[in-house]
Amino acid sequence: MEAVTFFIAAIVSLAGACGVVFLRNPVHAALSLVATLFGVAIHFINLEAYFLAAVQVIVYAGAIVILFLFVIMLLGVDRAESIKTDPIIGQRQIAVLAVGGILVLGALIGVAFSGDVTGVPPESAQKSTYEGGTAINSDHVHADDEIRPDENIKNIGRALFSTRYVFALEITALLLTIGVVGAVVLTRRPKGELEPLPDDDPPAIYQDDTTNLNVEVTEEEHSDTTEDLKLNELEIEAPDETEVSSE
Amino acid sequence: MILGLSIGPEYYLALSALLFTIGAGGLLIRRNPLVMFMCIELMLNAANLAFISFGKEMEDLGGQLSVLFVLVVAAAEVVIGLAIVVAVMRRRPKASIDEVSVLRG
Repeated sequence: MEAVTFFIAAIVSLAGACGVVFLRNPVHAALSLVATLFGVAIHFINLEAYFLAAVQVIVYAGAIVILFLFVIMLLGVDRAESIKTDPIIGQRQIAVLAVGGILVLGALIGVAFSGDVTGVPPESAQKSTYEGGTAINSDHVHADDEIRPDENIKNIGRALFSTRYVFALEITALLLTIGVVGAVVLTRRPKGELEPLPDDDPPAIYQDDTTNLNVEVTEEEHSDTTEDLKLNELEIEAPDETEVSSE
Repeated sequence: MILGLSIGPEYYLALSALLFTIGAGGLLIRRNPLVMFMCIELMLNAANLAFISFGKEMEDLGGQLSVLFVLVVAAAEVVIGLAIVVAVMRRRPKASIDEVSVLRG
């Protein structure tokens, strides 16, 4: 059963990874990153790292991907692909969601039947323990050498605060503090107008911005990112030419 | 056939290598800074998977603790990286990653 779980989770995580690389829209890429993270979390459960599987889902899927999506929405970078080129509106999104959902569901069912997560042995092994109270407290779980989830967490906690790792833990706290302060400092809006970039003279940059706006309108008609890239390159070069001609 | 197969660490290491390769390829292919960060996350996850499978093989908890620290570092890295992206994008909307070369000293 471990093999089935492994292959299902491997397919989910690999498909998600391919989605991150090949999907044009950053929002879709972020969603398929979630699929990959769930797949890796299932692998963690398979490898008896129960605590880290939970942390993986909570921290990665719950915090980091949400942060990605938040920044995508904030910046409006999700315009890379226009919906008009879809044959049916929303077809692709629904297809991706459905396939991903079915795969993840299958993997979850596989894990549930193998009985590794809940600590309750699978049905075949459960029958012998019916008389002896609840299955979780029975000796059967202790009988094989598997680490139970709560023991895993206890062991991690003890090891983290042992003399071997406690310094790294404290450095981690320092790192997180630096991260919070750095994020606040970096995204703080300056009081006055934005200073011009030091490289060129100021008018060139403002010209650059206005031409960018003009090109954006025409860009939305094209759906190809390759064309977008080419247009971007043109954009970078175009203001220079106008500058030269005006001078 | 598949049911009877025992999954050793080599399977997890192969999967980890595949994930890392996809992530590295994506980092090279894509030009959107956000997607590039996602590819970095893929690579970190591949490393985590290798850590844990080695840790189980050696029966040592150090693998899981390393993954915990990698998680924290990844979170901090994403926060700082996205802050930089927001700062750049606010000044130059529609910037691709190549334009960040204006940061050169």
